[in-house]
Amino acid sequence: MLAAKLMLDQGIEVEGLNFFTGFCVEGHTHAIRDRDRARPRRNNALWVAERLGIKLHIVDVVDAYKQVVLNPRHGYGKHLNPCLDCKSFMVGRAYEWLCEHEFDFIVTGEVVGQRPKSQRRATLPVVARESGAGDRLLRPLCAHHLEPTLPEREGWVDRDRLLAFHGRSRKPQIALAEELGLDEYAQPAGGCCFLTNEHYAAKLRDLWAHRGQRDYELDDIMLLKVGRHIRPRPGFKLVVGREDGENRFLQGYRRQFTSLQVSDGRGPLALVDGVVTDDDLTLAARVVARFGPWREAPRVPIEVAVPGQPARVLEVEPLAADGIPGEWYV
Amino acid sequence: MSTGASDEMVGPVHILDARRLLCPMPVIRLQQLVATLTPGELVDMVCSDPGALHDVPAWCRVHGHVVLETAEVAGEITIRVRVDGTA
Repeated sequence: MLAAKLMLDQGIEVEGLNFFTGFCVEGHTHAIRDRDRARPRRNNALWVAERLGIKLHIVDVVDAYKQVVLNPRHGYGKHLNPCLDCKSFMVGRAYEWLCEHEFDFIVTGEVVGQRPKSQRRATLPVVARESGAGDRLLRPLCAHHLEPTLPEREGWVDRDRLLAFHGRSRKPQIALAEELGLDEYAQPAGGCCFLTNEHYAAKLRDLWAHRGQRDYELDDIMLLKVGRHIRPRPGFKLVVGREDGENRFLQGYRRQFTSLQVSDGRGPLALVDGVVTDDDLTLAARVVARFGPWREAPRVPIEVAVPGQPARVLEVEPLAADGIPGEWYV
Repeated sequence: MSTGASDEMVGPVHILDARRLLCPMPVIRLQQLVATLTPGELVDMVCSDPGALHDVPAWCRVHGHVVLETAEVAGEITIRVRVDGTA
């Protein structure tokens, strides 16, 4: 937002690009979970574009991004976050867009030293080189710490009006936002990608381990964002909704997965992932009964729906509180 | 809910089923469709993510398109968009 605003203030035409990888935190989690409904229900990138008065293009990179996640040349950060490869990929896609739409250079909000992996002095040139953008990549917020780029050398941008931010503190950005009259902005600092989340990364690793291959589809990575993931044995996993919002979301997958729910419709909806036996389904029903409102009842009717077959009802005893071993939780 | 926008330019109506898609996918699908259309053409979107009620109008505003009408019935959202600007 700040980098774009600095460009706009120099009279430069700016359009925004926002890449959808499938791992984005905002949007989906807010849409799914009831408990997030108090948050502003907006796409922050669109909101920023509107504030700045610029166009925003949202680009679906779900398929192309797989190679970044599965085979990052520079490895992962603390969890499964391939930040440096990710940055090079996105700037690379921006460079392709620039070429196709006859723009002149790319602007990012990167700052030297801001992030431990992808925004170090040593790695900023890597992004410029590996993306193909070269010196058409301008970082206005920290330009004075870097060699002049093509837009600066050509005089398209006044280098004297660029900045010298560095380090992890966000105070300079916050001060600049105030100076520019931007009194509301998206929360700075990370947290926008599920691949940086320890629990999400564990679930993705579990998926790969039990599929026998490191691969995924969009539905896979969406489902990892939702519910309790319980794996009683290899090849059999349950995704159990934790609240009404998640249950509504999981409803959309009932044509793809076997699903279970208390017959009166109250309590969680669960999806079954894997090839399962009747004993597995009985166990799944007992788990669902455990998380439903009738957990103290002696027997609970659970509707089991296998795609393409008539639903049937299993009468089961809910699992006891200690009936789900801790190691089953993914 | 009607936005009160003018509806005098009425062109072909295209149906976009974005049910089960979570934001920003409905916006991406709309963006892809609008890129193939000309000013005056209409898009009737059907969505299930309530976020579309915010994101689609915001996307239309920044690109100069017009949301003519929105409605939400039993968790299903319909949005009528008139193509005016560029994708």
